[in-house]
Amino acid sequence: MVQERTFPTIQSASAQVTQEEGLRLYRDMILGRFFEDKCAEMYYRGKMFGFVHLYNGQEAVSTGVIQAMRPGQDYVCSTYRDHVHALSAGVPARNVMAELFGKATGCSKGRGGSMHLFSAEHKLLGGFAFIGEGIPVALGAAFQSKYRREALGDASFDQVTAAFFGDGTTNNGQFFECLNMAALWKLPILFVVENNKWAIGMAHERATSQQEIYKKASVFGLPGYEVDGMDVLAVRAIAQEAVARARAGEGPTLIECLTYRFRGHSLADPDELRSKDEKEAWLARDPIKKFAAYMVEQNLADQSELKAIEKEIQAEIDEAVEFALGSPEPDPAELYKYIFAED
Amino acid sequence: MQRLEKAMAETLFFNALREAIDEEMARDSTVMVMGEDVGHYGGSYKVTKDLYKKYGDLRLLDTPIAENSFTGMAVGAAMTGLRPIIEGMNMGFLLLAFNQIANNAGMLRYTSGGNFKIPMVIRGPGGVGRQLGAEHSQRLEAYFQAVPGLKIVACSTPYNAKGLLKAAIRDDNPVLFFEHVLLYNLKENLPDGEYVLPLDKAEVVRKGEDVTILTYSRMRHHVMQAVKTLEKEGYDPEVIDLLSLKPLDFETIGASIRKTHRVMVVEECMRTGGIGAEIVASINDRLFDELDAPVLRLSSQDIPTPYNGAMENLTIVQPQQIIEAVRKMVAVKV
Repeated sequence: MVQERTFPTIQSASAQVTQEEGLRLYRDMILGRFFEDKCAEMYYRGKMFGFVHLYNGQEAVSTGVIQAMRPGQDYVCSTYRDHVHALSAGVPARNVMAELFGKATGCSKGRGGSMHLFSAEHKLLGGFAFIGEGIPVALGAAFQSKYRREALGDASFDQVTAAFFGDGTTNNGQFFECLNMAALWKLPILFVVENNKWAIGMAHERATSQQEIYKKASVFGLPGYEVDGMDVLAVRAIAQEAVARARAGEGPTLIECLTYRFRGHSLADPDELRSKDEKEAWLARDPIKKFAAYMVEQNLADQSELKAIEKEIQAEIDEAVEFALGSPEPDPAELYKYIFAED
Repeated sequence: MQRLEKAMAETLFFNALREAIDEEMARDSTVMVMGEDVGHYGGSYKVTKDLYKKYGDLRLLDTPIAENSFTGMAVGAAMTGLRPIIEGMNMGFLLLAFNQIANNAGMLRYTSGGNFKIPMVIRGPGGVGRQLGAEHSQRLEAYFQAVPGLKIVACSTPYNAKGLLKAAIRDDNPVLFFEHVLLYNLKENLPDGEYVLPLDKAEVVRKGEDVTILTYSRMRHHVMQAVKTLEKEGYDPEVIDLLSLKPLDFETIGASIRKTHRVMVVEECMRTGGIGAEIVASINDRLFDELDAPVLRLSSQDIPTPYNGAMENLTIVQPQQIIEAVRKMVAVKV
């Protein structure tokens, strides 16, 4: 097991949360966790197919960043590990589940699947399945906001875009190219690195010369932060700052979230390379348990309130499965639909 | 008649394209151009010369040399409501943007189940120039034809360049728009008023009875040069400039083949996996019974385009080859 990086700590004063917000964050993380657990179950029961990449363990990142934005107004751009980003952005669990079941009621009408979740309504630019390819697309959405504000003089376009990707992607050229352009044009974008230490079986330290990814921001002249990605309030605090800067026209931010996936790369991954010690050390830092303890400790919630949320979410997930099971398959007569804009 | 001629202005090919972009940018404020040297430099073939002075640096966005990323950026901008025009400084450079063009420009509308449309144009100089070497002499239309969701257009005259580019900009789909590196200085009288040409219609350049010659881009001019000789020898070929390489206009192609029953494809792309290969297969699928002879393909050699001028000429189709091929094909008795 490689020596772990020291986790950055955040001043508790800047990370305070109201009861209402705290419960919202908790609810969002539980939704992500329960949804993914249900996916694993459905995959093994043969209800969904293909490559399914689960987000367990990384919930504090999706929740901390997206809940610091205006979900439904601001743009979110994800990767192949996109279920939970979609949920945080507001795509209903039933439409995500139906997509994974390949149904006509899925958010991509059954054409996309696990790695290609989209929702124009919720400003989800997509799940992008190839490494790095979503970053330029996110950059384009951010450029569009600036274009409408500055070239067309419409100040109402103050949206911010968040591009999520992993540590493996930060060795890809598109990452660097987009840092350069974002800083050059001061685009309203957050580059959110979910550094979970492993690119499938490639350990971060075996692939990366400078392992502290946040430091790569400085050479492009944009601020870079590292944050404990298992601490939703820490992620949220940094994201709020970055969102405010972006909205004010002050440009992009790179946020490196130190996190861990509790499952293999995908449900097809035998996960043989990560050591038991490493996994246990990270499981002990479960972001949901950590935040639950914080809420109780700060008298923002008691156990029964948290349990009630969990029960509600479980019902929502169960309903999503029922909805997906009961939904129709896409009409074979519509095989060619959506190739072109006129379809 | 006098008044009509007065209303026409002789326009160079690159200026016809520039007029199209200028007119569309004036008409729709979401239309913008991005790419390498499209702003201050005015484009490698001056297609966007001085437009930044009129529309500003954001609407004529000079990008760093990062093809895959700025193409992806155009996809994101198009998904969120802009209508970007990308200039490929040389269309060959788009190999570096292949992923964005194929996976995202081409397929995203489908994989998103219709959530997003991607109204963007990718235009620039393609084809074999004069001794530019292999990398700058690509015919990527053949590489891209298999990508679902893309429209592919090849213009060949100042008139069709302008009318087709305007249509491409207004189209709600991603359009790959191939110009030709050796055609930018062609001149033609263009109508003074606005016109837009349909993106999916081939042009019958010359009506004839003997043989249907299907061609596109610069090869149209090689074909027409050959036709001058053939006419003197009494041949009567029908020449069709495809203009749209995807989708192919099988209405026009079919009507011609039902008349001539003989088909020849003259193309600048390579033989293997080329535009012609697809046309031959499609003709076999749809019109086999109409054919009096096998469809003939005159294509570039399957080699990297050599630098040496004489070898380069041997690589692409020459007018003399077209003349000989027509003579041979028409001589076949049924």
